[in-house]
Amino acid sequence: MKLVVVAGTPGSGKTSVLMHTIRSLKQAGTSPAVVKIDCLWTDDDKRFERLDIPVRIGLSRDMCPDHFAIYNTDEMLKWAREQDAGVLINETAGLCLRCAPYPDGCLAVCVIDVTTGPNTPLKVGPLLTTADVVVATKGDIVSQAEREVFRERVNEANPDCRIIEANGLSGQGASELAEVISEMPDVGQELTLRHNAPLAICTLCTGEMRVAKEHHMGVLRHIDGFTEYRGE
Amino acid sequence: MQEIHELTIICGIDKCGLKEDVDKIRVCPGEIIGIVGPTGSGKSSLICDIEQLSQGDTPTRRKILINGKAPGRDIRTDPRKKRIAQLSQNMHFLADMTVEEFLRMHAKSRNRNSDTVERVIEIANTLTGESIQPGHQLTILSGGQSRALMAADIAVISDSPIVLIDEIENAGIKKQEALKLLAAEGKIVLVVTHDPVLALMTKRRIVMRNGGIRQVITTTPGEMNVCSELVRLDNYMMSLRDTIRHGGLVEQAAVVV
Repeated sequence: MKLVVVAGTPGSGKTSVLMHTIRSLKQAGTSPAVVKIDCLWTDDDKRFERLDIPVRIGLSRDMCPDHFAIYNTDEMLKWAREQDAGVLINETAGLCLRCAPYPDGCLAVCVIDVTTGPNTPLKVGPLLTTADVVVATKGDIVSQAEREVFRERVNEANPDCRIIEANGLSGQGASELAEVISEMPDVGQELTLRHNAPLAICTLCTGEMRVAKEHHMGVLRHIDGFTEYRGE
Repeated sequence: MQEIHELTIICGIDKCGLKEDVDKIRVCPGEIIGIVGPTGSGKSSLICDIEQLSQGDTPTRRKILINGKAPGRDIRTDPRKKRIAQLSQNMHFLADMTVEEFLRMHAKSRNRNSDTVERVIEIANTLTGESIQPGHQLTILSGGQSRALMAADIAVISDSPIVLIDEIENAGIKKQEALKLLAAEGKIVLVVTHDPVLALMTKRRIVMRNGGIRQVITTTPGEMNVCSELVRLDNYMMSLRDTIRHGGLVEQAAVVV
């Protein structure tokens, strides 16, 4: 079975692009299953169910959604195997740009919205720089020149990625993404992350509500960049 | 780079999924083709199919061939190899950059010298009334300035054998001059237009309805006569527009019709 991890900021068009991609995959005879990870609420499962494929949602609640996705990867793979799926697509919540919840051996897909401007690829970090495929959406809203400048910036940030220009409304680019998925190898046994997840081990993680510095312990980073450990 | 001697549109389906009324359209270098039809009839989609060199993978199922063959993937996607320039209907830039920074970046993406940047700004300023400076932020440019800059960028940086133009008349820039600039000799040019002057300046025009191509009309000699009359009228309208724009009175202007 293959594993595809799709990440990208909220509203970038992950679900819309996937809807079209799944249709192409089904047409080509692959059976996809989808796990959508979100924080508090999602109705994306209803959208995916219309495609008549196995769908599961995972809500991370108090946990960081990317940590949650990583921690539950084995379980998701087990579930997808039980569904006889040929490919498991894990759509992440896509919130913080610091995370890159891509294990090695998966196809790492970063969906990014062209209208956020050509400086965005430089801001996104490992979510984009460690991706195999960068899907640029909403290009129909800007000029050809702006699309090409955006593409150049993606290339600067991640010279080895394949860039697919997609449109979640018309389905442009979906068949190309489906083709890349079909050509990738199956996922291995021992998965390792491509990039470490961000640090968050402090009193805030366990529910401290007071803001003042004196109430916090753990590994803490000051605004000037100084990182310290406070505690016993 | 490979010379382009023919662009072929293999027709697909309309919005109802029915076959288009035309099977295939061939366009050769030096030809200007119009695309006409009511709003929502699929004119912009046709332009987009050509820009992406669609291979049956868009809702229209059209296929676009270059020299009779399906183009390879890198020609379809890599701007350094792309041979198509497009002026879309978009009137604004969203990029938070200066004019100069943006053009430099675009020149790089198209493998051009950065000395093309000055030239783009110079040409853009001939198309618009309010001058554009290299240090201007793109996002503060007016619709007319943005469109003038996009047109000049296409003429210089994206200079390509195939040029696609979507409703240049809506830009508030000098449309005939802009068309002359973009439709240089020996290029394949497709122009979406509602403007009778521009429509009759083309050799042939594709008529769209309900998302599909309905027919291709060759401009008749009679229409060419109408066109030269219209150009005269249009120039008169433009001169009135300019006078009014600059705060002048037009009551004494002679009617030349």
